[in-house]
Amino acid sequence: MEMKYNWDWSVLLCRPLAADSSSAAESGTDQSTGATEFGGGLLQTFDTGAECAQPYFDWIVSGLGWTVVVAICAWVITFSIGSVVGISRTVENRWVRAAAAAYVEFFRNIPLLVQMFLWFFVLPELLPKDAGRFVKRELPLPEYWTAIVCLGFYHASRTAEQIRAGIESIPRGQTDAGLAIGLTPTQVYRYVLLPVSYRIIIPPLTSDFMGIFKNSSVALTIGVLELTAQSRQIAEYTFNIFEAFTVATVLYMMVTLIVVTAMRFVESKVHIPGTIAMGDN
Amino acid sequence: MFRKLSIAVAAIAFLAVSNTGNAAELYGTLKKIKDSGQIVMGHREASVPFAYMGPDGKPVGYTVELCYRVIDSVKKTLKMPNLKVKLVPVTSQTRIPLLANGTIDIECGSTTNNLTRSKQIAYLAVTFITGTKLAVKKGSGIKEIEDLNGKAVGLSLGTTNEKAIKRIAKVKGLKIKYHMVKDHPQGWLALVTDRVDAYATDHSLLAGLITSSKNPSKYEIVGRFLSYDPYGIMVRRDDSAMQLLGNTVLADLMRSGEIHKIYDKWFIKKIPGKPAVQLPLSHTLKVAFEVQALPY
Repeated sequence: MEMKYNWDWSVLLCRPLAADSSSAAESGTDQSTGATEFGGGLLQTFDTGAECAQPYFDWIVSGLGWTVVVAICAWVITFSIGSVVGISRTVENRWVRAAAAAYVEFFRNIPLLVQMFLWFFVLPELLPKDAGRFVKRELPLPEYWTAIVCLGFYHASRTAEQIRAGIESIPRGQTDAGLAIGLTPTQVYRYVLLPVSYRIIIPPLTSDFMGIFKNSSVALTIGVLELTAQSRQIAEYTFNIFEAFTVATVLYMMVTLIVVTAMRFVESKVHIPGTIAMGDN
Repeated sequence: MFRKLSIAVAAIAFLAVSNTGNAAELYGTLKKIKDSGQIVMGHREASVPFAYMGPDGKPVGYTVELCYRVIDSVKKTLKMPNLKVKLVPVTSQTRIPLLANGTIDIECGSTTNNLTRSKQIAYLAVTFITGTKLAVKKGSGIKEIEDLNGKAVGLSLGTTNEKAIKRIAKVKGLKIKYHMVKDHPQGWLALVTDRVDAYATDHSLLAGLITSSKNPSKYEIVGRFLSYDPYGIMVRRDDSAMQLLGNTVLADLMRSGEIHKIYDKWFIKKIPGKPAVQLPLSHTLKVAFEVQALPY
Protein backbone atom coordinates (compact mmCIF):
# COMPACT_ATOMS: atom_id res chain seq x y z
CA MET A 1 0.00 0.00 0.00
CA GLU A 2 1.15 3.52 -0.65
CA MET A 3 2.82 5.40 2.14
CA LYS A 4 0.66 7.89 4.01
CA TYR A 5 3.25 10.45 4.96
CA ASN A 6 3.43 14.24 4.75
CA TRP A 7 6.91 15.13 3.60
CA ASP A 8 7.84 18.56 4.90
CA TRP A 9 11.47 19.58 4.81
CA SER A 10 10.71 23.14 5.83
CA VAL A 11 10.31 22.20 9.50
CA LEU A 12 14.04 21.64 9.68
CA LEU A 13 14.83 25.13 8.46
CA CYS A 14 12.15 27.24 10.07
CA ARG A 15 12.87 29.69 12.90
CA PRO A 16 10.57 30.15 15.87
CA LEU A 17 8.67 33.41 15.77
CA ALA A 18 9.65 35.95 18.39
CA ALA A 19 5.97 36.59 19.12
CA ASP A 20 5.49 32.98 20.19
CA SER A 21 7.53 33.32 23.36
CA SER A 22 5.89 36.57 24.42
CA SER A 23 2.40 35.15 24.09
CA ALA A 24 3.51 32.14 26.10
CA ALA A 25 4.92 34.38 28.80
CA GLU A 26 1.55 36.12 29.15
CA SER A 27 -0.33 32.89 29.30
CA GLY A 28 2.15 31.69 31.88
CA THR A 29 1.44 34.52 34.27
CA ASP A 30 -2.31 34.05 34.39
CA GLN A 31 -1.93 30.35 34.76
CA SER A 32 -3.88 30.39 38.02
CA THR A 33 -7.06 31.18 36.06
CA GLY A 34 -6.80 27.89 34.19
CA ALA A 35 -10.28 26.41 34.21
CA THR A 36 -9.28 22.76 34.24
CA GLU A 37 -7.31 20.76 36.74
CA PHE A 38 -4.52 20.79 34.19
CA GLY A 39 -2.97 24.05 35.35
CA GLY A 40 -0.17 23.79 32.86
CA GLY A 41 -2.56 23.34 29.99
CA LEU A 42 -2.59 26.98 29.04
CA LEU A 43 1.18 27.12 29.15
CA GLN A 44 1.46 24.26 26.77
CA THR A 45 -1.21 25.03 24.25
CA PHE A 46 0.94 27.50 22.37
CA ASP A 47 3.82 25.11 22.13
CA THR A 48 2.68 21.80 20.75
CA GLY A 49 0.55 23.10 17.91
CA ALA A 50 3.07 25.59 16.60
CA GLU A 51 4.75 24.73 13.31
CA CYS A 52 8.08 26.23 14.26
CA ALA A 53 8.04 25.69 17.97
CA GLN A 54 11.80 25.19 18.24
CA PRO A 55 14.92 26.11 16.23
CA TYR A 56 15.33 22.62 14.82
CA PHE A 57 18.15 23.64 12.49
CA ASP A 58 20.17 24.87 15.48
CA TRP A 59 19.54 21.55 17.20
CA ILE A 60 21.05 19.67 14.26
CA VAL A 61 24.08 21.97 14.19
CA SER A 62 24.58 21.55 17.94
CA GLY A 63 24.13 17.77 17.63
CA LEU A 64 26.69 17.57 14.86
CA GLY A 65 29.05 19.71 16.96
CA TRP A 66 28.78 17.36 19.94
CA THR A 67 29.25 14.30 17.72
CA VAL A 68 32.49 15.78 16.40
CA VAL A 69 33.71 16.97 19.81
CA VAL A 70 32.94 13.67 21.54
CA ALA A 71 34.48 11.61 18.74
CA ILE A 72 37.68 13.66 18.50
CA CYS A 73 38.24 13.77 22.27
CA ALA A 74 37.58 10.02 22.42
CA TRP A 75 40.02 9.52 19.55
CA VAL A 76 42.78 11.28 21.50
CA ILE A 77 42.23 8.86 24.39
CA THR A 78 41.97 5.94 21.99
CA PHE A 79 45.21 6.77 20.25
CA SER A 80 47.17 7.36 23.47
CA ILE A 81 45.96 4.31 25.39
CA GLY A 82 45.82 2.17 22.26
CA SER A 83 49.47 2.93 21.51
CA VAL A 84 50.64 2.11 25.03
CA VAL A 85 48.60 -1.09 25.21
CA GLY A 86 49.43 -2.15 21.65
CA ILE A 87 53.17 -1.72 22.17
CA SER A 88 52.92 -3.43 25.56
CA ARG A 89 51.51 -6.49 23.85
CA THR A 90 54.74 -6.93 21.87
CA VAL A 91 57.38 -6.34 24.58
CA GLU A 92 59.57 -9.05 26.17
CA ASN A 93 58.21 -8.68 29.73
CA ARG A 94 55.54 -11.35 30.25
CA TRP A 95 53.60 -9.42 32.94
CA VAL A 96 53.30 -6.28 30.86
CA ARG A 97 52.10 -8.42 27.93
CA ALA A 98 49.51 -10.15 30.11
CA ALA A 99 48.20 -6.87 31.52
CA ALA A 100 47.85 -5.43 28.03
CA ALA A 101 46.11 -8.57 26.79
CA ALA A 102 43.71 -8.42 29.75
CA TYR A 103 42.88 -4.82 28.89
CA VAL A 104 42.17 -5.69 25.27
CA GLU A 105 39.99 -8.70 26.07
CA PHE A 106 38.07 -6.85 28.78
CA PHE A 107 37.18 -3.80 26.71
CA ARG A 108 36.76 -5.61 23.41
CA ASN A 109 34.45 -8.34 24.67
CA ILE A 110 31.83 -6.23 26.47
CA PRO A 111 29.24 -4.56 24.23
CA LEU A 112 29.69 -0.81 23.96
CA LEU A 113 26.13 -0.16 25.12
CA VAL A 114 26.76 -2.13 28.32
CA GLN A 115 30.06 -0.33 28.90
CA MET A 116 28.34 3.04 28.51
CA PHE A 117 25.81 1.96 31.12
CA LEU A 118 28.49 0.66 33.53
CA TRP A 119 30.55 3.86 33.32
CA PHE A 120 27.54 6.09 33.81
CA PHE A 121 25.34 4.28 36.32
CA VAL A 122 27.57 1.78 38.11
CA LEU A 123 30.97 3.45 38.47
CA PRO A 124 29.74 6.45 40.55
CA GLU A 125 28.13 4.00 43.00
CA LEU A 126 31.47 2.21 43.51
CA LEU A 127 33.33 5.42 44.30
CA PRO A 128 33.51 6.83 47.84
CA LYS A 129 30.34 8.74 48.66
CA ASP A 130 31.75 12.26 48.15
CA ALA A 131 33.51 11.37 44.92
CA GLY A 132 30.37 9.66 43.61
CA ARG A 133 28.32 12.71 44.47
CA PHE A 134 30.85 14.93 42.70
CA VAL A 135 30.70 12.82 39.53
CA LYS A 136 26.92 12.72 39.58
CA ARG A 137 26.10 16.31 40.47
CA GLU A 138 28.95 18.82 40.60
CA LEU A 139 30.98 17.75 37.58
CA PRO A 140 29.75 19.86 34.67
CA LEU A 141 28.36 17.81 31.76
CA PRO A 142 28.89 14.40 33.41
CA GLU A 143 27.27 12.47 30.55
CA TYR A 144 29.65 14.02 28.01
CA TRP A 145 32.79 13.15 29.98
CA THR A 146 31.50 9.66 30.58
CA ALA A 147 30.78 9.15 26.90
CA ILE A 148 34.23 10.40 25.86
CA VAL A 149 36.06 8.19 28.36
CA CYS A 150 33.92 5.15 27.59
CA LEU A 151 34.30 5.50 23.81
CA GLY A 152 38.02 6.18 24.17
CA PHE A 153 38.66 3.10 26.34
CA TYR A 154 36.52 0.87 24.15
CA HIS A 155 38.15 1.88 20.88
CA ALA A 156 41.64 1.79 22.45
CA SER A 157 41.30 -1.99 22.73
CA ARG A 158 40.74 -2.20 18.98
CA THR A 159 43.47 0.28 18.12
CA ALA A 160 45.88 -1.61 20.39
CA GLU A 161 45.29 -4.76 18.36
CA GLN A 162 45.99 -2.90 15.13
CA ILE A 163 49.20 -1.44 16.50
CA ARG A 164 50.29 -4.88 17.68
CA ALA A 165 49.50 -6.32 14.25
CA GLY A 166 51.46 -3.50 12.63
CA ILE A 167 54.52 -4.14 14.80
CA GLU A 168 54.31 -7.90 14.34
CA SER A 169 54.06 -7.54 10.56
CA ILE A 170 57.64 -6.22 10.49
CA PRO A 171 60.08 -9.12 9.95
CA ARG A 172 61.90 -10.25 13.09
CA GLY A 173 65.18 -9.67 11.26
CA GLN A 174 64.81 -5.89 11.55
CA THR A 175 64.60 -6.06 15.35
CA ASP A 176 67.63 -8.36 15.43
CA ALA A 177 69.55 -6.07 13.10
CA GLY A 178 68.71 -3.09 15.27
CA LEU A 179 69.85 -4.83 18.43
CA ALA A 180 72.99 -6.07 16.60
CA ILE A 181 74.10 -2.56 15.74
CA GLY A 182 73.84 -1.63 19.42
CA LEU A 183 70.39 -0.03 19.73
CA THR A 184 68.56 -0.48 23.01
CA PRO A 185 65.10 -2.17 22.79
CA THR A 186 63.50 1.28 23.27
CA GLN A 187 65.55 2.66 20.41
CA VAL A 188 64.55 -0.30 18.22
CA TYR A 189 60.90 0.61 18.79
CA ARG A 190 61.51 4.33 18.39
CA TYR A 191 63.63 4.24 15.24
CA VAL A 192 62.85 0.93 13.52
CA LEU A 193 59.51 -0.64 14.41
CA LEU A 194 57.10 2.17 15.21
CA PRO A 195 57.81 4.54 12.28
CA VAL A 196 56.97 1.76 9.84
CA SER A 197 54.16 0.04 11.72
CA TYR A 198 52.19 3.25 12.32
CA ARG A 199 52.34 3.91 8.60
CA ILE A 200 51.21 0.38 7.75
CA ILE A 201 48.14 0.58 9.96
CA ILE A 202 46.78 3.90 8.68
CA PRO A 203 43.98 2.16 6.68
CA PRO A 204 42.59 0.15 9.64
CA LEU A 205 43.07 3.17 11.92
CA THR A 206 40.93 5.14 9.47
CA SER A 207 38.11 2.61 9.81
CA ASP A 208 38.40 2.83 13.55
CA PHE A 209 38.37 6.62 13.53
CA MET A 210 35.20 6.50 11.44
CA GLY A 211 33.86 3.90 13.85
CA ILE A 212 34.23 6.34 16.75
CA PHE A 213 32.08 8.90 14.95
CA LYS A 214 29.40 6.32 14.32
CA ASN A 215 29.62 4.73 17.77
CA SER A 216 29.31 8.13 19.41
CA SER A 217 25.59 7.75 18.71
CA VAL A 218 25.46 5.12 21.49
CA ALA A 219 26.12 8.00 23.89
CA LEU A 220 22.53 9.12 23.44
CA THR A 221 21.55 6.31 25.81
CA ILE A 222 23.16 8.19 28.70
CA GLY A 223 21.75 11.54 27.63
CA VAL A 224 24.42 13.02 25.36
CA LEU A 225 22.60 15.27 22.90
CA GLU A 226 24.63 14.37 19.83
CA LEU A 227 23.43 14.12 16.26
CA THR A 228 21.28 10.99 16.59
CA ALA A 229 19.75 12.20 19.84
CA GLN A 230 18.88 15.56 18.31
CA SER A 231 17.34 13.88 15.24
CA ARG A 232 15.32 11.69 17.52
CA GLN A 233 14.28 14.73 19.48
CA ILE A 234 13.21 16.57 16.32
CA ALA A 235 11.37 13.46 15.12
CA GLU A 236 9.43 13.31 18.39
CA TYR A 237 8.68 17.03 18.41
CA THR A 238 7.56 17.38 14.78
CA PHE A 239 6.76 13.76 13.85
CA ASN A 240 8.68 14.43 10.63
CA ILE A 241 10.74 11.36 11.37
CA PHE A 242 12.01 10.59 7.90
CA GLU A 243 13.28 14.13 7.29
CA ALA A 244 15.14 14.29 10.61
CA PHE A 245 16.89 10.96 10.12
CA THR A 246 17.67 11.62 6.45
CA VAL A 247 19.54 14.75 7.49
CA ALA A 248 21.39 12.81 10.20
CA THR A 249 22.34 10.08 7.71
CA VAL A 250 23.70 12.56 5.20
CA LEU A 251 25.67 14.39 7.90
CA TYR A 252 27.21 11.16 9.24
CA MET A 253 28.24 10.23 5.71
CA MET A 254 29.76 13.66 5.16
CA VAL A 255 31.72 13.49 8.40
CA THR A 256 33.08 10.03 7.68
CA LEU A 257 33.97 11.03 4.10
CA ILE A 258 35.96 13.96 5.50
CA VAL A 259 37.73 11.54 7.86
CA VAL A 260 38.58 9.19 4.98
CA THR A 261 39.87 12.04 2.83
CA ALA A 262 41.95 13.48 5.65
CA MET A 263 43.47 10.10 6.50
CA ARG A 264 44.26 9.45 2.81
CA PHE A 265 46.04 12.77 2.76
CA VAL A 266 48.02 11.88 5.88
CA GLU A 267 48.87 8.52 4.38
CA SER A 268 50.20 10.00 1.16
CA LYS A 269 52.18 12.66 3.05
CA VAL A 270 54.01 10.26 5.34
CA HIS A 271 54.64 7.30 3.06
CA ILE A 272 58.20 6.03 2.68
CA PRO A 273 59.12 5.02 -0.87
CA GLY A 274 60.36 1.44 -1.13
CA THR A 275 58.66 0.08 1.99
CA ILE A 276 55.33 -1.72 2.37
CA ALA A 277 54.04 1.43 4.07
CA MET A 278 53.69 3.16 0.76
CA GLY A 279 50.00 3.94 0.69
CA ASP A 280 48.17 4.08 -2.58
CA ASN A 281 50.92 5.24 -4.91
CA MET B 1 -40.33 -21.04 -15.01
CA PHE B 2 -40.33 -17.40 -16.03
CA ARG B 3 -40.86 -16.46 -12.47
CA LYS B 4 -37.93 -18.59 -11.30
CA LEU B 5 -35.72 -17.06 -13.95
CA SER B 6 -36.66 -13.54 -12.97
CA ILE B 7 -35.85 -14.31 -9.35
CA ALA B 8 -32.52 -15.72 -10.39
CA VAL B 9 -31.78 -12.65 -12.52
CA ALA B 10 -32.81 -10.38 -9.72
CA ALA B 11 -30.65 -12.31 -7.31
CA ILE B 12 -27.66 -12.15 -9.64
CA ALA B 13 -28.27 -8.46 -10.26
CA PHE B 14 -28.50 -7.85 -6.51
CA LEU B 15 -25.31 -9.75 -5.86
CA ALA B 16 -23.53 -7.86 -8.61
CA VAL B 17 -24.75 -4.52 -7.31
CA SER B 18 -23.92 -5.29 -3.69
CA ASN B 19 -20.51 -6.59 -4.71
CA THR B 20 -19.57 -3.51 -6.69
CA GLY B 21 -21.08 -1.40 -3.95
CA ASN B 22 -18.83 -3.08 -1.41
CA ALA B 23 -15.75 -2.76 -3.57
CA ALA B 24 -16.34 0.94 -4.06
CA GLU B 25 -16.92 1.48 -0.36
CA LEU B 26 -13.76 -0.16 0.86
CA TYR B 27 -10.58 1.84 0.75
CA GLY B 28 -7.50 2.50 2.85
CA THR B 29 -7.02 0.37 5.94
CA LEU B 30 -10.27 -1.62 5.63
CA LYS B 31 -9.45 -2.54 2.02
CA LYS B 32 -5.95 -3.56 3.05
CA ILE B 33 -7.36 -5.75 5.82
CA LYS B 34 -9.89 -7.33 3.43
CA ASP B 35 -7.24 -7.97 0.77
CA SER B 36 -4.55 -9.34 3.09
CA GLY B 37 -6.90 -11.28 5.36
CA GLN B 38 -5.26 -9.92 8.49
CA ILE B 39 -5.16 -6.84 10.69
CA VAL B 40 -1.86 -5.79 12.23
CA MET B 41 -1.97 -4.35 15.73
CA GLY B 42 1.05 -2.33 16.84
CA HIS B 43 1.43 -2.36 20.61
CA ARG B 44 3.80 -0.98 23.23
CA GLU B 45 5.57 -3.52 25.42
CA ALA B 46 6.06 -1.72 28.71
CA SER B 47 3.37 0.93 29.09
CA VAL B 48 1.67 -0.37 32.22
CA PRO B 49 -1.33 -0.63 32.32
CA PHE B 50 -2.06 0.63 28.79
CA ALA B 51 -0.16 -1.95 26.75
CA TYR B 52 2.40 -4.33 28.21
CA MET B 53 3.43 -7.95 27.91
CA GLY B 54 1.24 -10.15 30.09
CA PRO B 55 2.43 -13.31 31.89
CA ASP B 56 1.60 -15.41 28.80
CA GLY B 57 3.79 -13.24 26.55
CA LYS B 58 0.85 -11.60 24.78
CA PRO B 59 0.17 -7.86 24.94
CA VAL B 60 -2.54 -6.88 27.38
CA GLY B 61 -3.75 -3.64 28.88
CA TYR B 62 -6.41 -0.94 28.83
CA THR B 63 -5.65 0.35 25.32
CA VAL B 64 -5.07 -3.17 23.98
CA GLU B 65 -8.52 -4.22 25.21
CA LEU B 66 -10.11 -1.20 23.52
CA CYS B 67 -8.22 -2.08 20.33
CA TYR B 68 -9.59 -5.62 20.40
CA ARG B 69 -13.10 -4.09 20.59
CA VAL B 70 -12.33 -2.11 17.45
CA ILE B 71 -10.95 -5.24 15.77
CA ASP B 72 -14.17 -7.13 16.65
CA SER B 73 -16.12 -4.44 14.85
CA VAL B 74 -13.79 -4.68 11.84
CA LYS B 75 -14.51 -8.43 11.71
CA LYS B 76 -18.26 -7.77 11.71
CA THR B 77 -18.10 -4.99 9.14
CA LEU B 78 -15.97 -6.99 6.72
CA LYS B 79 -17.85 -10.25 7.51
CA MET B 80 -14.54 -11.93 8.30
CA PRO B 81 -15.10 -13.71 11.64
CA ASN B 82 -11.78 -15.53 11.32
CA LEU B 83 -9.74 -12.41 10.59
CA LYS B 84 -6.15 -13.00 11.66
CA VAL B 85 -4.73 -10.51 14.17
CA LYS B 86 -0.99 -10.03 13.80
CA LEU B 87 0.87 -8.40 16.71
CA VAL B 88 3.84 -6.12 16.12
CA PRO B 89 5.67 -4.45 19.04
CA VAL B 90 6.41 -0.74 18.51
CA THR B 91 8.40 1.91 20.37
CA SER B 92 7.88 5.64 20.56
CA GLN B 93 10.39 5.96 17.70
CA THR B 94 8.88 3.35 15.37
CA ARG B 95 5.16 3.85 15.88
CA ILE B 96 4.70 6.66 13.33
CA PRO B 97 6.83 5.25 10.46
CA LEU B 98 5.32 1.78 10.85
CA LEU B 99 1.81 3.19 10.75
CA ALA B 100 2.61 5.47 7.80
CA ASN B 101 4.21 2.76 5.68
CA GLY B 102 1.43 0.25 6.30
CA THR B 103 3.28 -2.23 8.55
CA ILE B 104 0.73 -1.76 11.32
CA ASP B 105 -2.94 -0.78 10.95
CA ILE B 106 -3.70 0.45 14.46
CA GLU B 107 -1.42 1.56 17.33
CA CYS B 108 -2.36 0.65 20.88
CA GLY B 109 -0.31 2.15 23.66
CA SER B 110 -0.03 5.46 25.47
CA THR B 111 0.32 8.01 22.70
CA THR B 112 -0.50 11.64 23.44
CA ASN B 113 -2.93 13.12 20.94
CA ASN B 114 -1.61 16.47 19.75
CA LEU B 115 -2.01 18.66 16.70
CA THR B 116 1.57 18.43 15.42
CA ARG B 117 1.39 14.66 15.34
CA SER B 118 -1.95 14.77 13.57
CA LYS B 119 -0.14 15.98 10.46
CA GLN B 120 1.16 12.42 10.04
CA ILE B 121 -1.50 10.19 11.60
CA ALA B 122 -5.08 10.30 12.88
CA TYR B 123 -6.41 9.60 16.37
CA LEU B 124 -9.54 7.90 17.58
CA ALA B 125 -11.46 9.39 20.53
CA VAL B 126 -9.56 10.35 23.69
CA THR B 127 -9.49 7.30 25.96
CA PHE B 128 -7.31 8.54 28.80
CA ILE B 129 -6.18 11.90 30.15
CA THR B 130 -3.03 12.54 32.09
CA GLY B 131 -0.39 15.23 32.45
CA THR B 132 3.17 15.86 33.56
CA LYS B 133 3.95 15.57 37.27
CA LEU B 134 7.11 15.11 39.29
CA ALA B 135 8.27 12.01 41.12
CA VAL B 136 10.63 12.78 44.02
CA LYS B 137 12.14 11.06 47.04
CA LYS B 138 10.04 11.60 50.14
CA GLY B 139 11.46 14.33 52.35
CA SER B 140 13.16 16.12 49.46
CA GLY B 141 11.16 19.26 50.16
CA ILE B 142 10.09 19.55 46.53
CA LYS B 143 6.39 20.31 46.22
CA GLU B 144 6.07 22.10 42.89
CA ILE B 145 8.18 22.76 39.79
CA GLU B 146 9.25 26.11 41.32
CA ASP B 147 11.11 24.17 44.05
CA LEU B 148 13.37 22.66 41.37
CA ASN B 149 15.25 25.97 40.96
CA GLY B 150 18.95 25.08 41.11
CA LYS B 151 18.19 21.35 41.15
CA ALA B 152 18.38 18.57 38.57
CA VAL B 153 15.44 16.94 36.83
CA GLY B 154 15.37 13.87 34.60
CA LEU B 155 13.45 14.16 31.31
CA SER B 156 12.76 11.51 28.72
CA LEU B 157 14.09 12.56 25.32
CA GLY B 158 11.48 14.05 22.99
CA THR B 159 8.43 13.60 25.21
CA THR B 160 5.65 16.12 25.70
CA ASN B 161 6.78 16.20 29.34
CA GLU B 162 10.18 17.50 28.31
CA LYS B 163 8.58 20.28 26.30
CA ALA B 164 6.29 21.25 29.17
CA ILE B 165 9.03 21.39 31.84
CA LYS B 166 11.47 23.35 29.67
CA ARG B 167 8.77 25.78 28.63
CA ILE B 168 7.57 26.48 32.15
CA ALA B 169 11.16 26.81 33.39
CA LYS B 170 11.85 29.35 30.64
CA VAL B 171 8.70 31.34 31.29
CA LYS B 172 9.30 31.42 35.04
CA GLY B 173 13.06 31.93 34.78
CA LEU B 174 13.88 28.78 36.75
CA LYS B 175 17.48 27.53 36.65
CA ILE B 176 16.92 23.78 36.33
CA LYS B 177 19.61 21.31 35.35
CA TYR B 178 18.26 18.83 32.81
CA HIS B 179 19.38 15.27 32.53
CA MET B 180 18.08 13.64 29.36
CA VAL B 181 17.28 9.92 29.50
CA LYS B 182 16.43 7.41 26.81
CA ASP B 183 13.39 5.80 28.43
CA HIS B 184 11.38 5.65 31.65
CA PRO B 185 13.34 2.87 33.40
CA GLN B 186 16.53 4.89 32.91
CA GLY B 187 14.86 8.04 34.17
CA TRP B 188 13.77 6.14 37.23
CA LEU B 189 17.30 4.80 37.73
CA ALA B 190 18.63 8.37 37.58
CA LEU B 191 16.25 9.32 40.40
CA VAL B 192 17.09 6.23 42.49
CA THR B 193 20.86 6.76 42.12
CA ASP B 194 20.54 10.45 43.09
CA ARG B 195 21.64 11.78 39.74
CA VAL B 196 18.50 13.91 39.65
CA ASP B 197 16.20 15.34 42.31
CA ALA B 198 13.03 14.64 40.36
CA TYR B 199 11.84 12.68 37.35
CA ALA B 200 9.12 14.28 35.26
CA THR B 201 6.72 12.30 33.10
CA ASP B 202 3.04 11.44 32.73
CA HIS B 203 1.29 11.10 36.08
CA SER B 204 -0.09 7.66 35.15
CA LEU B 205 3.36 6.35 34.20
CA LEU B 206 4.90 7.68 37.44
CA ALA B 207 2.28 5.75 39.39
CA GLY B 208 3.33 2.60 37.52
CA LEU B 209 7.05 3.27 38.08
CA ILE B 210 6.56 3.77 41.81
CA THR B 211 4.40 0.67 42.35
CA SER B 212 6.87 -1.52 40.47
CA SER B 213 9.96 -0.05 42.21
CA LYS B 214 11.82 -1.90 44.95
CA ASN B 215 10.80 0.48 47.68
CA PRO B 216 7.54 2.23 46.76
CA SER B 217 7.17 3.95 50.14
CA LYS B 218 10.34 6.01 49.53
CA TYR B 219 8.90 7.96 46.59
CA GLU B 220 5.97 10.26 45.99
CA ILE B 221 4.31 12.17 43.17
CA VAL B 222 4.08 15.90 43.78
CA GLY B 223 2.85 19.13 42.24
CA ARG B 224 0.09 20.23 39.92
CA PHE B 225 -0.36 18.98 36.37
CA LEU B 226 2.25 20.72 34.22
CA SER B 227 0.82 19.67 30.87
CA TYR B 228 -2.32 18.23 29.34
CA ASP B 229 -1.78 14.85 27.70
CA PRO B 230 -4.85 13.16 26.24
CA TYR B 231 -4.10 9.65 24.98
CA GLY B 232 -5.60 8.15 21.84
CA ILE B 233 -5.41 5.08 19.63
CA MET B 234 -3.65 5.90 16.36
CA VAL B 235 -4.81 4.98 12.84
CA ARG B 236 -3.59 6.11 9.41
CA ARG B 237 -4.57 9.62 8.39
CA ASP B 238 -6.92 10.40 5.47
CA ASP B 239 -8.88 7.26 6.30
CA SER B 240 -12.24 8.44 7.62
CA ALA B 241 -13.88 5.01 7.17
CA MET B 242 -11.47 3.37 9.61
CA GLN B 243 -11.61 6.38 11.93
CA LEU B 244 -15.42 6.34 11.96
CA LEU B 245 -15.50 2.61 12.63
CA GLY B 246 -13.12 3.00 15.59
CA ASN B 247 -14.86 6.06 17.00
CA THR B 248 -18.25 4.33 16.75
CA VAL B 249 -16.94 1.46 18.87
CA LEU B 250 -15.50 3.85 21.47
CA ALA B 251 -18.64 6.04 21.52
CA ASP B 252 -20.75 2.90 22.10
CA LEU B 253 -18.55 1.89 25.04
CA MET B 254 -18.74 5.39 26.53
CA ARG B 255 -22.51 5.69 26.01
CA SER B 256 -23.26 2.32 27.57
CA GLY B 257 -20.91 2.97 30.47
CA GLU B 258 -18.96 -0.16 29.68
CA ILE B 259 -15.81 1.95 29.44
CA HIS B 260 -16.01 2.45 33.22
CA LYS B 261 -15.83 -1.32 33.76
CA ILE B 262 -12.84 -1.58 31.44
CA TYR B 263 -11.22 1.35 33.25
CA ASP B 264 -11.73 -0.27 36.66
CA LYS B 265 -10.35 -3.56 35.36
CA TRP B 266 -7.00 -1.98 34.43
CA PHE B 267 -6.60 0.99 36.77
CA ILE B 268 -8.20 -0.11 40.05
CA LYS B 269 -8.08 -3.91 40.28
CA LYS B 270 -5.12 -6.26 40.26
CA ILE B 271 -3.83 -6.62 36.70
CA PRO B 272 -2.12 -9.65 35.09
CA GLY B 273 1.49 -9.96 36.19
CA LYS B 274 1.67 -6.58 37.97
CA PRO B 275 0.41 -4.97 41.18
CA ALA B 276 -2.70 -2.79 40.96
CA VAL B 277 -2.06 0.72 39.62
CA GLN B 278 -4.81 2.26 41.79
CA LEU B 279 -5.53 5.36 39.77
CA PRO B 280 -9.17 6.39 40.26
CA LEU B 281 -11.06 7.85 37.29
CA SER B 282 -10.34 11.58 37.21
CA HIS B 283 -13.10 14.14 36.88
CA THR B 284 -11.71 15.36 33.56
CA LEU B 285 -11.67 11.88 32.04
CA LYS B 286 -15.19 11.15 33.30
CA VAL B 287 -16.41 14.30 31.55
CA ALA B 288 -14.43 13.35 28.43
CA PHE B 289 -16.20 9.98 28.31
CA GLU B 290 -19.58 11.73 28.58
CA VAL B 291 -18.76 14.30 25.91
CA GLN B 292 -17.46 11.71 23.47
CA ALA B 293 -20.46 9.37 23.85
CA LEU B 294 -21.88 10.66 20.57
CA PRO B 295 -25.43 9.60 19.59
CA TYR B 296 -26.41 7.86 16.34
